[in-house]
Amino acid sequence: MKKCYFDHAATNPLHPDVFEAMVPYLKDEFGNPLSIYELGTRAKDAIEKSRERVASLINAKPREIVFTSSGAEANNFAVRGIALARQNEGNHIIVSRAEHHSILNSARFLEKNGFVVTYLLIDKYGIVDPERVKKSITKETTLISVIHGSSEVGTIEPIREIAQIAKEREVIVHTDAVATAGNIPLNVKELGVDLLSMTAHQFYGPKGAAALYVREGLRIVPLIYGGIQEGGRRAGTENVPAIIGMGKAAELAKAEMSFRMEHSGMLRDMMIEGMKHIDNVYLTGHPAERLPGHASFCVEYIEGEAMLLLLAAKGIYAASGSACTSKALKASPVLLAMGIPAALAQGSIVFSLGRENTDDNIDYLLEEFPKVVQRLREMSPYAKGWGDKKVEVECV
Amino acid sequence: MQKAGEIRRWRWNVYSEKVMDHFMHPRNIGEIPDADGIGMEGNPVCGDVMKIYIKVKDDRIVDAKFQTFGCGAAIAVSSMVTEIVKSKTLDEALNISKATIANELDGLPPEKMHCSNLGADALKNAIEDYKSRHAQ
Repeated sequence: MKKCYFDHAATNPLHPDVFEAMVPYLKDEFGNPLSIYELGTRAKDAIEKSRERVASLINAKPREIVFTSSGAEANNFAVRGIALARQNEGNHIIVSRAEHHSILNSARFLEKNGFVVTYLLIDKYGIVDPERVKKSITKETTLISVIHGSSEVGTIEPIREIAQIAKEREVIVHTDAVATAGNIPLNVKELGVDLLSMTAHQFYGPKGAAALYVREGLRIVPLIYGGIQEGGRRAGTENVPAIIGMGKAAELAKAEMSFRMEHSGMLRDMMIEGMKHIDNVYLTGHPAERLPGHASFCVEYIEGEAMLLLLAAKGIYAASGSACTSKALKASPVLLAMGIPAALAQGSIVFSLGRENTDDNIDYLLEEFPKVVQRLREMSPYAKGWGDKKVEVECV
Repeated sequence: MQKAGEIRRWRWNVYSEKVMDHFMHPRNIGEIPDADGIGMEGNPVCGDVMKIYIKVKDDRIVDAKFQTFGCGAAIAVSSMVTEIVKSKTLDEALNISKATIANELDGLPPEKMHCSNLGADALKNAIEDYKSRHAQ
């Protein structure tokens, strides 16, 4: 059976060169980077080399990179670490409704502990309006966190404009760049952000290695206390093999970026074009300001999990933001915040493409997907429409 | 070892083979144009919707079909319900509980148990519909 992996927003396979780079650190080079003998100092040197490579990917200084265990940890660290470090200056933080749970739930934690949180509305494309950010800033505001690229709808946010507004009001800006780092060019100086989260497994590195960029001179309260690792900002013995893998993956991502973007962008456009031939399928997210490898849709009258299962039976792997695919049985808050009716959000399906996908993969999907849709619609009581349910369709 | 009355264990994230069989090859899809009872349950806004059609003869269900908007579990439940009600008396059919359906499917993940609930309720609604049509 053919296999088409279209779930790169979930995770990516390891690049073979990354694997090779990691192997010595899983075998003989097992030293603790804090040890003073050579086995330890070699591990320390290797980590510092990785830090340089990761920094170079986003035009940061190596000492501005703090390695963490995951993108979620980096996001928790940024939001909680800055809110706490600046609590004498104010108790208000701003996040958007397009954020990942690791940001939203960190904000809720702060809310329970006396902070005030503004959850910014997003438009039908999932975009945060910088003007809205401006109006939300108060004297108490210490931090704004807005996602850079949405893994659910692919939309890329106007972070530069948001950062500019924040700077004028002396508010710190964090962006969750987990979906974008290593996938599109990122320059922290140009973006003007103070903090930025990224994770290795989104650009063919291993799971278990991620990083938070913390602008030089910015004070942040650690999430994990202990030893002096990461300059005392993140304790715990380093996950050396994963960090080495992240460094190699960052180096490869930088070298191959334009090729990868062109490749997945072309496949994405092929897919979006092909989907237009199926009735009542709507693109979600911004049509132009979107991740190169991201194509997300709502398919009317059917449900996402059922689509995923039938596609998986054909060797096609994708994702959905439907209520039935989430353990919490709630449709994606991002889709709902974009104003997509809940019944339509049930038909959410997300394809995220990567370097190993081919145009044959897209042809195969475009051959199989209409059959899946038709089969489920034949089963659906809404095959002839929503009837009196009055579902307003206002997608792209 | 499964104790009597206990709902079978599931593997995290994985449907039983029986659920997958009923999802991949659903029995009794479609409408019955001259159905004696029709029952609907659920709401597309929060998840699944099941519509069950029954044909009744001498207080016995002789045919059943379904239309379902929903996940794999919802479709498998609909297929299973329409299978097990056939040739049951109306009273027997009314006694089909969500646990019966889940067990017939070799268990459902905990967050999918409400699907078997929907199946049992849609069936009850279809029987009530039949009864109200034949009350006079």
